[in-house]
Amino acid sequence: MYKYDAYDKTIVAERVAQFRDQTQRYLEGKLTDAEFLPLRLQNGLYIQRFAPMLRVAIPYGMVSAKQIRKLAEISRQFDKGYVHFSTRQNVQYNWPKLEKVPDILAELATVEMHAIQTSGNCIRNTTTDQFAGVAADELVDPRPYCEIIRQWSTFHPEFAYLPRKFKIAINGAKQDRAAVQVHDIGLHAQQNDQGELGFRVLVGGGLGRTPMIGTEICDFLPERHLLTYLEAILRVYNRYGRRDNKYKARIKILVKALGADAFRAKVEAEWQHLKDGPQTLTEAEVTRISQHFSSPDYADLPVENTQLQQDLQQDPNFRHWYERNVTAHKVPGYAIATLSLKATAQAPGDASDQQLEAAADLAEQFSFGEIRVSHQQNLVLADVQQDHLYTLWQEALRFGFATPNIGLLTDVICCPGGDFCALANAKSLPIAEAIQRRFDDLDYLHDIGDLDLNISGCMNACGHHHVGHIGILGVDKKGAEFYQVQLGGSAYNDASLGKILGPSFARDVMPDVITSIIDVYLAHRTSEELFIDTYRRIGIQPFKDRVYASNN
Amino acid sequence: MPVIIKNQKVISDTYTFYSSYTSGDVLAERSIIPIDDFLANPTQFEQHSGSLGVWLDSHHEPEVLSSYIHQLAVIAINFPSFTDGRGYSIARVLRERLGYQGELRAVGDILHDQLFYLKRCGFDAFKLHAEKDPEEALRGLNAFSISYQGASDHPQPLFRRRLH
Repeated sequence: MYKYDAYDKTIVAERVAQFRDQTQRYLEGKLTDAEFLPLRLQNGLYIQRFAPMLRVAIPYGMVSAKQIRKLAEISRQFDKGYVHFSTRQNVQYNWPKLEKVPDILAELATVEMHAIQTSGNCIRNTTTDQFAGVAADELVDPRPYCEIIRQWSTFHPEFAYLPRKFKIAINGAKQDRAAVQVHDIGLHAQQNDQGELGFRVLVGGGLGRTPMIGTEICDFLPERHLLTYLEAILRVYNRYGRRDNKYKARIKILVKALGADAFRAKVEAEWQHLKDGPQTLTEAEVTRISQHFSSPDYADLPVENTQLQQDLQQDPNFRHWYERNVTAHKVPGYAIATLSLKATAQAPGDASDQQLEAAADLAEQFSFGEIRVSHQQNLVLADVQQDHLYTLWQEALRFGFATPNIGLLTDVICCPGGDFCALANAKSLPIAEAIQRRFDDLDYLHDIGDLDLNISGCMNACGHHHVGHIGILGVDKKGAEFYQVQLGGSAYNDASLGKILGPSFARDVMPDVITSIIDVYLAHRTSEELFIDTYRRIGIQPFKDRVYASNN
Repeated sequence: MPVIIKNQKVISDTYTFYSSYTSGDVLAERSIIPIDDFLANPTQFEQHSGSLGVWLDSHHEPEVLSSYIHQLAVIAINFPSFTDGRGYSIARVLRERLGYQGELRAVGDILHDQLFYLKRCGFDAFKLHAEKDPEEALRGLNAFSISYQGASDHPQPLFRRRLH
């Protein structure tokens, strides 16, 4: 993974000093709340319902064992001994003290971490496929481009006060695991017929109040033009994006208002001035950054592992876990293992300090000391030898990481909701837990198969409810918490936005509602169909009929 | 005497700032007038013996000044709110596209903590609100010693300048 050099270290150290000074001036009354607000947000610091919340960047989800141990240490020293992994591959502390945040940032800097631009109206952490570099279906490793964008966007002087936040995602595999169609800019890294590297560029996707699927504005942008083209898009957005209404300020509203063709024309016109200018990528730079992501020292292993086959036959529990939590690796004899942070009654994406340290140990023991955070809020060990999977699984069991539910109904994407977040209309965590409790029969859960359940506590959609196969949105009805259900969303290659089922429900009936929906699926599915396929074939009406007949 | 920050120092502001200008009014020797009043009749200012500048708001298009770049001693860009970032792009277009080399002044709601970014986008003069301490704000100009990306101050990005 990327290692800091003297330049990176200096920049992060100067940021710590800058934020220490800003915090000091705020505490002395020299900065007003309004003046301090964007400064603290651009350091990931929110003022939440009960305490500040600090969001720390995990650039494109890559984190080392050493960094994970530091996160654990900080959680004990400055917080309540746990962290929350977010849907943007970052990590959050829910209980830091404002005056201690500069000290936390100084601690993070010792392991090459920071909280730069994890919030605020600026370019945020670039996200990607959690299986980048190891996936069997990968065409191009997106991580070097993520790092190139990280450096370009860090303290970009022109784009620190955009109309609204700005999120970029890159995918380089056949399967889109980075949800690029619902980002402000989505990039598909690919090679053209001549073998040249480049990107298909989408703009104007996003969730929140006005969910939209991104629009293609360039079918193949050669690699060297990446930064100049991004700069052109950002400049058009910075100049013409709406600033009069924060709910209409995202780039998707501008793209929609102008129309894709007019937006593309504006970007092209701007780009003519920037193209081939100094920000044009050099081969030397791409090579330099790519070297940080070279393959680890893989052992020469057979494709079929007899030890693994034996373990799978002998232990059905291991087999369950293997079927759901292990993914094909591009190198023979290796596998990708996902550690589930979705055990029942654990807030989705939360990890205790002990779990963090255990994850660091497992990464060192089994996976070259590296971990990835997925946007589904799980941890990934990307380079595990197949004959080590059984031992890894046993260790993961001990630390509550081995719930065999990746991609299943109980692998819920969920925001912290009304338990923590000041924006939320309703709690989300108790809904997740109640549904996990209802679907605790593993055979039943595995029989239901691939199903994304996404829960947001408000229409800001941090839980990505629009792109869940089943999405749940917390709403406020005259002061009471209610839940709206949507069906048919998807965040993958076949991206789509869910449709609202009907009137919202009280919290206590939500497990029944989900059960009814699943019953309709099971009654209608053909042998090959996943939930989303059946939904697309039969439409929303049978679900509506059943749910409102049973739960009124 | 009002002050501005220029060339990393706090100095007297020698310009008179007109929030509006009516044709025929006698201008001070050194004047900054609204862009719309300037563009209404640019030739009338050719006889002005002193230094003339214009000021833009964040919704203005800097491209309209392309024919007049060389006769303007100052271009000031107003920040109606420090969270309105359009002025950063306007500045870069003036400097990097239109080749403006005179004084580029940030006025309005600009603060200590934005000065570094403003400087990088081509501003070389800053007029803070009167209640803000310009001496303290000077520190904000040099918050960072290194930047990754190129901008108006250093067009070459770090990857083209690095030693190793």
